[in-house]
Amino acid sequence: MSLQPLTGIWWKKVDSSEKVWVGIALVWCLILFAMMPLWHLKGGQNPSFNTFRTTPDAFLKKVEAFVEAGPKVAEDKGLPVIAPDPQKEVYMLGRLWQWYPALKLKKGQTYRLHLSSMDLVHGFSLFPLNLNFMVLPGYEYVLTITPTTTGEVFVVCNEFCGIGHHQMVGKITVE
Amino acid sequence: MEAVFRTCAQTGLKIHNQAERLIKVHAVAGVFAILFGGIAAVLVLLTRWPAVHLLDPTSFYRALTFHGINMLIFWIIFFEIAVLYFAGPIVLSCRLAWPRLGWAGFGLMVAGSLLINTAILAGRADVMMTSYAPLQAVSYFYLGWILFAVGALIGVCNFFATLVVARAERTYEGSIPLVTFGAATAAIIAVFTLAHGAIIYIPTWLWSLGIISYIDPGIYRLVWWGLGHASQQINVATMVTIWYLLATLTVGATPVNEKVCRSAFVLYILFINLASAHHLLVDPQLSPAWKIWNTSYGMYLAVLASMIHGMTVPASIEVAQRRKGLTKGLFEWLAKAPWGNPGFAGMALSLVLFGFIGGITGVTFGAEQINIISHNTLRITGHFHATVVAGTTIAFMALTYYVLPLIFRRYVISQKLATLQIYLFAIGMTIFIGGMTTAGSYAIPRRHWDVQFATSQFQPPVEAAAFLFLGIMGVGGLFALAGGALYVVLTVGTVLFGRRVPDTPGAVPLAALPQDKGQHVPISGTLVLVFVFLASFIIYYFLNWKWLADIWLVK
Repeated sequence: MSLQPLTGIWWKKVDSSEKVWVGIALVWCLILFAMMPLWHLKGGQNPSFNTFRTTPDAFLKKVEAFVEAGPKVAEDKGLPVIAPDPQKEVYMLGRLWQWYPALKLKKGQTYRLHLSSMDLVHGFSLFPLNLNFMVLPGYEYVLTITPTTTGEVFVVCNEFCGIGHHQMVGKITVE
Repeated sequence: MEAVFRTCAQTGLKIHNQAERLIKVHAVAGVFAILFGGIAAVLVLLTRWPAVHLLDPTSFYRALTFHGINMLIFWIIFFEIAVLYFAGPIVLSCRLAWPRLGWAGFGLMVAGSLLINTAILAGRADVMMTSYAPLQAVSYFYLGWILFAVGALIGVCNFFATLVVARAERTYEGSIPLVTFGAATAAIIAVFTLAHGAIIYIPTWLWSLGIISYIDPGIYRLVWWGLGHASQQINVATMVTIWYLLATLTVGATPVNEKVCRSAFVLYILFINLASAHHLLVDPQLSPAWKIWNTSYGMYLAVLASMIHGMTVPASIEVAQRRKGLTKGLFEWLAKAPWGNPGFAGMALSLVLFGFIGGITGVTFGAEQINIISHNTLRITGHFHATVVAGTTIAFMALTYYVLPLIFRRYVISQKLATLQIYLFAIGMTIFIGGMTTAGSYAIPRRHWDVQFATSQFQPPVEAAAFLFLGIMGVGGLFALAGGALYVVLTVGTVLFGRRVPDTPGAVPLAALPQDKGQHVPISGTLVLVFVFLASFIIYYFLNWKWLADIWLVK
C-alpha cells in the first residue's frame, strides 16, 4: 500500500513484464533523442545559430541602409516593399506595433534574414505557414530561409508585447 | 507549541491538529484561486471564441494575465503545499516540525497573491504570466512574486523538517511510504523552482524600482523558465503521487514493485527540470547543442519515468482487482472498477488525459525542430491545458472528494453530483483541448486578442477550418467551466453545510487491501493499454516531422 512504510527487504526482483515495458520505453526515448541531431544532418528545418549582439540603434541603422539600397518595388499600408537581391543580407525589425519593412522574395531562392527588436520581446510567426521564432531586443538573429511556396504570408507577432500586440502584422510576398 | 493529536477513525493515522489546520487553509486558498481563475476563464474563452469575441483588447489581456497566474500558480501551489502537509506529518503520523513558521509561510503566500492580483486588476501589470522584461509591471507585482515564492519555500522546508522529526522520533519503521517519497520528489523540484523565482524576480523588482537600469531579455527568459516550466514539474510529481494515493484509497491498489516506482521518481528529480528549456528552442541566445541536450531532459530520461508510472499505476490497480477475483479476460478488472466513485474516475481520467494528450503533445512539441511549427501557437496552450488542467487539476479535484470527509470531516453534499462534476469537467476539457490544439496547427497564435486580425495593419485570411476548431474549443470550454463551477459549489457547500462524519471506523468507505497470496498475478491488460499508448505516441510524433518537412527551409 502506497500509504504505509516499507519494512524488511522491499527491493524485490522486477517482474519480466515490467522489464519489457521499461526496456521498450527506453529504446523509444533514445529514438526521440536521436531525431534531433539527425534532422540537423538530413532535415531542412532547423533553428539557426547565427546570432550576434546588437543594440536597437545599431540595428535600426542597418535596416535603414537596407531599405535605402532597395530596390523598393511598391508601398503597402505605408510600408516600403523591398525586393532584395538574394546575394545580400535581408533585414526586418519588430517594434511597437509593426514589422518593418515589407518584403518581396522569390521562391526557391535562399535569403539571410536578420531579425531584431527595437523595444520589447516579439514573436516572429509566418502565418498561415506556421514557422515561429523569437525576436529579442539586443540580439540579432539570422535565419537562412528558402521559401518553397508562393503567395502572401504574414508576419504575426505571437509574443505578447502590450495592448497593441494583435495589430502587429507584417507582410512577405513570394513569387 | 504543544503538539495535539487525534486518531483518524477511518485510516488509523495520527493527525497533528496544526498540520490539519494548515491543510485546510491552503486548500481553501486554492479553491479561492480556482474561483478567481475560473471567472477570468469565462471572459478569456468568450473572447477567443470568434463567434462571441466578448472583451475589448485591454480587458482581454488583463483577464488572460489574471487567469494564467491564478490557475497555474496560485490554485496549484496552494493545493500542493496542502499535499505536503498531508504527506509529511499525517502519513508518517508525526508532529509538524514548525507550526508557527507554517502559518508565516501561508501568510506570505496570501500576501503575495493579493499583491499580484491587485496589481493586475488595477491595470498596472498587463504582462501575462511570463512578464518578459523589458515589458514592465508595477513594482509591487514583482514584490508579490517574491513574497509568494518565499512563503511556498517555507512550506516546502517545513515538509523536509518534518521528515527529519519523524525519523528522529521513530514514528515509522523502515522506508518512508511511496506517497511521502513522491511528495518529497515534488518538494525537491519545488526548491529548484522557487529559487529560480526568487533569483529572477529580485533583480526585476529592483529594475522596476529604477535601481537596476537594464535586464537582458535573453537571460531573463533563461532564468525565468527555470521557474515557469519547473513549477509545472512539481505538478507532475504531485499528480503521480496522487494517482498512487487514490489507487490505494479507491481499489486497494499496491505497487507491483516499489523499486520500479521509486526509481522513476528519482529520474524525475535528476532530469525533469531540464525540460524548462523547451520554451527557448527558437530563441536566438542559445546553441543547438545546448537546446538538444537540455530539452531532451538528458536523453528523455524523465519521459521514461512518466512512461514507467503510466504502466505501474494501472498495473497496481489491475493486480488488486485480479486478487479480488476479477480475472475474466483482459479487462474485467477495468470494466468493474468503481467508475461511479469520483475519486477513482478522476484518477483514471487524469492518467489517461495527461498521458495520451498532455504527454504525447508535450514531448513532440518539445523536439527542437518540431517546436518551429508549434511555438507560441494555440498548440502550446492546448498541450498545457491537457497536462495542468486535464491532468493535475482533475487529480486534485478527485483527491478533494477524500480530503473533505477525512480532513474537513464533512460528507460531500452530493456524491452523485461529485461524480458528474468529474466527468463533465473531463469531457469538456477534452473537447476544448482538441479544438484548441487543432486550431493551433493552423498557426493561430496564443495570447492574441483577435484571431480575425480585424484591426491589424494587414488582414491575413484565416482558414474556415480554424474557425470551426475555435468554435469546438468554445463549446468544450463551456462544459469544462460548468464542471469547474460545480467543483467550487460542491467544495464550498460541503465545508459549510456538509453532514459531519462520525468518529466511527468505516464511516468513510475506503477500499480494503486484497490479500497477497504470493501467487503471480499477470498484468496483461495493462500491457495492452501501454502498447496502445506507445503506438499513438509514435504515430503522432512522426506525423509532426512530416508536417514540419512541408514548410519553408530554414536554418
